[in-house]
This record gives sequence, structure tokens and C-alpha cells, in this order.
Amino acid sequence: MTTASMMRRLLFLVLGLTGLVALPVAAQQQGRAPAAPPKEEVPFWAIGRPSSGPGASMAPVPAFPIPTPADKLPIAKLKLPRGFKAEVFASDVLDARGLREGDKGTVFVSSLFVAGKIYALVDQGGRRQVKTIAEKLMLPNGIEFHKGSLYVATPKQVLRYDNIESTLDNPGPPAVVYESLPGDVPHGWKFIKIGPDGKLYVPVGAPCNICEPSPDTHAHIRRINLDGSGMEIVARGVRNTVGFDFHPRTGELWFTDNQRDWLSEDLPQDELNRVTKIGQHFGFPYCHQGDFADPQFGWGKACEDFVKPAALLGPHAAPLGMRFYTGTMFPSRYHGAIFIARHGPWNKSKKFAADVVVAFLDRAGRVRSVEPFLTGLVENNGYLGRPVDVHVMKDGSLLVSDDHAGAVYRITYSP
Amino acid sequence: MTRRRAARAAPPSSRLGAALGLLLAALPAAAHAQTFEARLAACLACHGVDGASSIPGTPSLGGQPAFFLITQLFLFREGRRDNEAMTAAATPLTNDDLRAFADAIAKLPPPSPPATPPDPARFARGRAQAGRRFCGACHGADYSGREQVPRLANQREEYLLAVMRGFRAGTRIGYGPAMSEALVGLADEDLRDIAHYLAHLPRP
Repeated sequence: MTTASMMRRLLFLVLGLTGLVALPVAAQQQGRAPAAPPKEEVPFWAIGRPSSGPGASMAPVPAFPIPTPADKLPIAKLKLPRGFKAEVFASDVLDARGLREGDKGTVFVSSLFVAGKIYALVDQGGRRQVKTIAEKLMLPNGIEFHKGSLYVATPKQVLRYDNIESTLDNPGPPAVVYESLPGDVPHGWKFIKIGPDGKLYVPVGAPCNICEPSPDTHAHIRRINLDGSGMEIVARGVRNTVGFDFHPRTGELWFTDNQRDWLSEDLPQDELNRVTKIGQHFGFPYCHQGDFADPQFGWGKACEDFVKPAALLGPHAAPLGMRFYTGTMFPSRYHGAIFIARHGPWNKSKKFAADVVVAFLDRAGRVRSVEPFLTGLVENNGYLGRPVDVHVMKDGSLLVSDDHAGAVYRITYSP
Repeated sequence: MTRRRAARAAPPSSRLGAALGLLLAALPAAAHAQTFEARLAACLACHGVDGASSIPGTPSLGGQPAFFLITQLFLFREGRRDNEAMTAAATPLTNDDLRAFADAIAKLPPPSPPATPPDPARFARGRAQAGRRFCGACHGADYSGREQVPRLANQREEYLLAVMRGFRAGTRIGYGPAMSEALVGLADEDLRDIAHYLAHLPRP
């Protein structure tokens, strides 16, 4: 071998090593350009998506990155049953999502994509000051207050800020309670709550519109001990729950669940569900709304094999936060009923919901009826506001968060 | 115009350096004192006075919807897009500034297709892939964008690719969840084809 050819070989070797990333890509591109068969199949998550007409150009509904000023909030548009009154509890709360109340009266508000912050609303002589207590968090939608601590859940972690109401101006770094979450962005944001068993309930949504993820990692609600140990799956076949609560008498877990997009304007309906036994399966991705097998994943499956919803809450209506009414301010027919915030659909050409409905239960704990409670936020096929969470205050009034206008409303009753 | 020609002739690294230098030089003044026009000129020094950027990695802003522009200025101001220069530029902006800059920049004309024609095979693959992914459902059939959804037509190819890679890797969190869902399962060569197609869309 001549020196020149050795040098050439050496040069090739060096080029090959340094070009490890670039060379295979270039080779693939060269190799497949003439022969690659066209991939004509629709990606799994877009199955059912129309290729023309109004459905073909539907996009998520955006919230403006600047909150609606207090004097422009749609408070006068809100409609409530007789005797109820709505007021602005706090304005300038950009992307207001989850609501919790501290022992000392602080109201905590979470946010999601737009703000990525946790706020504390502090009473200052009847006016609410909005303090940002944490920011630049990854989709911090899930919050819970328990024994002086604020828990915050991102798609990947559960964090805990101790003694939070005494450290609102400088909470310091949180403790990491739990990190064994998948961390996906799609449906990865959380709603969290501590149950009557003292455990923290944490959902993991399906990382897609429709797919069949591993049931042990996704599409379920799990519970953990407050130190992050003892993970146990309590409900399966859950696509994306962003609201749940525990029956004040029986302790049963009830949850809202957002069903798949794109099948139709009117199908499937979103669900209110009731867990009567640990580990029950609620249908996703095989069966929707209790009686409708998925056109892709439902073949060979029977809806009878899954737990049926306790109530249907409307197609694409996006029911999110929900609470049993445990106060005494409202009339007795509301005691033990469930208030549910419906965000309102993006995946429906005619917008509706963006309201709070109330589900009344009978003595056996079955849903007797679902009635409108707070309405008036849909105008010209768009939203003036979009309720996300509800919270029963210690005085029995009801807070409603609105991530579209960036505000929190308070509902009171006087006969 | 002279500045843009000079920038085009320089190698990419020094062009980027020059652009950053210009931007940073404009910053202290941007917070106070300067007229709105002067502050806007500092933006357009990099992004292009005619709506078309000639700096690699710096997007063209012409034809972008005002809603999209304000969401991005907001994310930069909040330090939630990974770009120190833009965060520094946006930090002093008030809410009224955000509105004013978004509205002014939205008036710039859309960029033109590049002078060099596309690679026909890549263009065709990109078009097919974008169609299968329903990109045009939100971004518009002509990819001109709307509301919070950006214009993609004739955006710089390497910028489109970098943005898609960021969404796919989860390093860029959008103003909403749509993009992290839309790119699931796409290979890097798919993203390259889509970027090539969108950058080279013919003028409608």
C-alpha cells in the first residue's frame, strides 16, 4: 500500500467517524428518493378528521396573553338561577386554571400553557392582590393544599411547597415528592387531589387523541402515598381527566373525562364517571360514552365489558374541574350535588357549554339530572370566558376560574 | 437594504454575531426614550425591514398574524422561549408595547419564495407529509396562518426545521398543546421535507 492510498483510507476513516450523524441521513435520503413508496395512511391520531368543509379548518381556541381588564370582564353577561349572584373575585389572573384554598384563606390558582405560573390571591381589604409564587413551571395545572403545604403537579413531577401561606413572598425551592410520571406534553398536565384515604390521586392521560398506550403507564388515575411511595392504579381506561372529587359521604372517587376528537360533531360525549371498585376500566380507547365502540380500536371489544359513565356531559364539551357542594350557603337541593366546569369545545364547529353545570344525585348515588348553573359566556360562536375549575369556599360560596379572560368569579346566594 | 446585502455576503457565524450585536446595542435604548419607530427598526434590523429575514436562524415576520406575534413576544418576555437575545429584547415591554409591536409587525408584507427553486422530490414529499399531518387545517390551506397560528409559507427553511425539531423534542413548549401532538412519529427527514416544502411554496 502506498503512503498516498494509506492517507486516503485514513482520511475516509476519519470522515466516516466524524460524520456519523450526517452520513447515514444522507445515505438514506439518496437511497429512498426514487423508490420510497408514498405513505398515504392517515396518522392514527387524525382518524376521522374531515378533509373538507368546516371541520377541516378547526383549530384550538386561543386565549389572549393579556388578561381582560376588570371593567371589561363578562360579569354582566353571566346567567345564574334565581337568588344567585356573580362577582369578580380576582382579575388579572392570566390563564387561571386550578383553584385551592389555604387554611389561612389564601386562594391558590394554577395555570397551564399560557402562563406556567402558580398564583396566590391574597385579600387586601376586600380587593384581591395577585401574587406570583412560582413561575416558568412546565404546565403546572395540578395543585392541592394539604396541612399547610401546596402540592404542584407537572406532567413529570409532583412538587411540595411547605408552610406556603407563611412564605408567599419567597416560597423557596420545593421538595420533589414524586417523579415517576411519563412527562408527555399531550394530556400530560394534571389535576390532583388528596382523597379521604390520605393518598394523593394523580392521573396520567393518553398521550394522544386516540391510541392504545400501555395501561400501566398511561390512561389511568393512580394514587400514591404523600411521600411518593405505594403507587396503585385506581381507575383505568381514562383518556384525560382534568377534574375529580370524592363523595363527601361515601368517599367514592368521581371524575370527569374528556373523550376523543374528530369522530363527529356529536360523538362521543364527554363523561362523568364514578369509581365503585379499585381498578375499574372506563373504556378508553375501546369504548366511548358507554355505548359506542371506537371505529379503530373498538373491534372485538364490547362496551358491556367497561364501566358506563354516571352521566354524559355533551360532545367535546370539555368538562374539567368538579366539586361536590359541601357548603351550606346554597339552598338544600344543592347539598351533595356536583358542580362541574365545562371549558367549551374547540373540536366542534358550533361552540357551546363554557359554563358550570350541576349534577344532582339520588339517594343511591346515581345522577338524577344535569342542569345548567352558570351560563352566558358563548357569544357569536366564540367564548367570552371559559370556566376551568370550581371551588367551594369555607363560607359556602363557589369560586369559578376562567382561563380565557384571566379571572376568578365568586358565586353567592341570598334568598 | 445595504445592511441586508452586507449580511448576505458574510459567513453565517459573523452574520449572526453582527445581528446579535445590533440587537443588543439597541436594547438599553429600547427600554426608554427612543421613539416607537426607532425601537421597531431595531427589531427589523434582524428580522428584515421588508418582512423577510436574511439571517439564518432568525425568522421572517412578514405576514404573521398579530395574535401569533403577541403570543411570542409574551413568551419571550416571560423567559419561556429558549432565546436569550429575544428575552432581553422583550423584557422591558409593557402589555401596551406587546400590542403595539405585534400590530405594527403584522403589517409587514409576507416574504417571497426563495430565488432558488425547490428540489422537486423533496417538495413533493414535504407536500404529501404536510397533507397527511393536516398542517393546513390550522395554519391555513395556503399556510398563511390565522389568529394564534403562525404563517408558514416562505418562512426560512432552517428556521422551520429548528422549530419543528424543538416541538418534537419537547424543548419548545408552545402556546398550546397542538404542535407537540401534531409531530408525533415524524422522522427527522420528514421534518426536513416539510420545511423544504413550506419554505418554497409558490406565491399564491
